[in-house]
Amino acid sequence: MEILVCVKRVPDSAENEIEVKADGSDIKREDLVYSVNEWDNYAVEEAIQIVDRVGGSVTVASIGSPEAEEVVRREMAMGANNGLLLTDPAFEGSDGRGIAAILAAAVRKGNYDLVLTGAQADDGAAQVGGMVAALLDWPYASLVNMIEVKEAGVLRIGREIEGGNQEINEIQMPCVLSIQTGINEPRYVGIRGIRKVAAVEIPVLKAADLGLGAAEVGRAGARVKRADYFVPPAGAGAEILQGSTDEITAKLVDLLKAKGGIK
Amino acid sequence: MAAQMFAYILHKDGKADDSASELVSAARKIAPDAAPVAVVIGAGAGLDAVCAEAAGIYPQVWKFAHDALAYPNAELIRPLLQRVLPKGAVLLLPHTTFGMDVGPGLAVKLDAAYLPDVVGIDGLEGATLKVVRQEFSGQASTHLQADISGGAVISVRSGCFPPEETRSAGGQVADKSAEVGDLAARRRFVEVLQAEVGDVDITKEEVLVSIGRGFGDKENLPVAEELAQAMGAVVSCSRPIVDAKWLEKGRQVGTSGKTVKPKVYLALGISGSFQHMGGLKGNPFIVAVNKNPKAPIFQVANVGVVADVLEFVPELTKRVQEAK
Ligand SMILES: Cc1cc2nc3c(=O)[nH]c(=O)nc-3n(C[C@H](O)[C@H](O)[C@H](O)COP(=O)(O)OP(=O)(O)OC[C@H]3O[C@@H](n4cnc5c(N)ncnc54)[C@H](O)[C@@H]3O)c2cc1C
Ligand SMILES: Nc1ncnc2c1ncn2[C@@H]1O[C@H](COP(=O)(O)O)[C@@H](O)[C@H]1O
Repeated sequence: MEILVCVKRVPDSAENEIEVKADGSDIKREDLVYSVNEWDNYAVEEAIQIVDRVGGSVTVASIGSPEAEEVVRREMAMGANNGLLLTDPAFEGSDGRGIAAILAAAVRKGNYDLVLTGAQADDGAAQVGGMVAALLDWPYASLVNMIEVKEAGVLRIGREIEGGNQEINEIQMPCVLSIQTGINEPRYVGIRGIRKVAAVEIPVLKAADLGLGAAEVGRAGARVKRADYFVPPAGAGAEILQGSTDEITAKLVDLLKAKGGIK
Repeated sequence: MAAQMFAYILHKDGKADDSASELVSAARKIAPDAAPVAVVIGAGAGLDAVCAEAAGIYPQVWKFAHDALAYPNAELIRPLLQRVLPKGAVLLLPHTTFGMDVGPGLAVKLDAAYLPDVVGIDGLEGATLKVVRQEFSGQASTHLQADISGGAVISVRSGCFPPEETRSAGGQVADKSAEVGDLAARRRFVEVLQAEVGDVDITKEEVLVSIGRGFGDKENLPVAEELAQAMGAVVSCSRPIVDAKWLEKGRQVGTSGKTVKPKVYLALGISGSFQHMGGLKGNPFIVAVNKNPKAPIFQVANVGVVADVLEFVPELTKRVQEAK
């Protein structure tokens, strides 16, 4: 099975305090720690496991600045066979649909049976996978937390729905699935793994290589535009307890007792 | 505003979802005089009850009944919506697992703008709609602008558009089932498997000590367990803790976990994502401990402590033990 996994390089929100620039044009990016989007890492692990079972190959593709190469390489160190870096100044400012158009063009250049995305990335939109499917006119399922390869081009999949219940479907390939965390346990990537793929050549594709016109992608093609970043006016918010640890724990115990928190 | 607005009504067992009345509030933020059409798709006897409920909120209801639509399979519903919605339609959807399944692809198929997980709507200026979203798990907000003259699909976060005073809409139900047409999909719904019930039922607990990714390592689990034991509480958690298999799924609080209604909730090393907070009901007293003073959890907690959980929690445990 030929699988393409879409991976995005994002600020690691568990590691970083995200701050908005004074003029609201962006977040402060200088000191951010970047990594592969959490959901995408599960998608790559799943693709590798599928190929281990039924054969084929895994390709990871990322759209972004040249730095996105580092996440492609990291996922290759995990065991993905090929990487693709989709980078072009013309891609900057793309909206979700623009990103999907670039990825769909990359899919058309290959011969894939299955495309995996993460359920969502750093902007929490959860849109790209469904858009890629629509552009390719392939079937789609979101929030997939189980994949079983059946015979004759059919996958048996689970979607995680509200309450943690699992919606079982059968879906025909080629198809696009967005992957939910928890579907597997992504393997650890050590320094040695990274070193092994350090010299591997990663093909770079630009708009022209993908047959994409300027009107379809980038700022020009974006129907949805981000006007600014801002910090919402703080609401009432929590009363932040101040003082020494002793003082804080004493106060907290009093509060917990009063609220029935200590039995 | 010229474009017709529509609201997708989620429903289950013959009852409309709470989002039904939130979407009409959202529609009125786009245009105060909006009279959106409720779209009710499904099958069986319960569907008329859903339509009647929707007609209490919306002036017009479109009903699409077909046996094949008994379960809301997005791959069947997307082409149906694509067929029946007029050109330039603005469709509001709840940002649920169904909304995420149907919405993005529908926007592409309708060649309409897609505005995902909207938490606020500033309004319409000419053809430009301005909405509010959150990024980085709620650590930053953004305004999005979109020209919606060619239509839009807008997915709306639950709880962000409180229902207005119930004024009965006295809506009309139009049965459009004849327009359903051919239903074929390359994805077939098989069944829903219910989540397993775990060793403890956190939904019945009054005091929860809930841990998140900030706990760092599985080896630190006893730090939380000792506090819970001292308090007479039970340990629950956010999703990454379950994903990493430290605790079983039955302990997860949130939209894809359990809905809990404790009196007191300790959120330790939890950022406060909306999917996590979505599982916390009944207005509990929330204490948050987080090392990031800007963590979104501090917006919703009653009391906060800015500290490293691994340093602070053992001190708190000691103090609780002494107090007993
Ligand atoms: C469809 C869908 C459904 C979902 N359902 C759920 C759900 O049901 N429940 C759920 O919880 N999530 C759910 N999620 C995931 C959700 O989006 C978040 O990713 C998740 O809630 C984050 O968990 P967290 O707060 O533990 O981790 P993070 O967001 O990574 O936050 C960790 C926090 O710990 C703090 N921290 C780090 N180290 C320390 C330290 N030493 N001391 C103190 N604080 C520290 C950090 O400042 C940060 O605020 C869902 C996501 C999707 C897409
Ligand atoms: N720049 C990108 N490069 C590659 N894949 C992406 C990119 N942006 C989004 N994706 C994919 O789309 C998924 C959902 O992202 P989003 O719709 O932006 O929340 C991500 O998990 C990725 O798999």
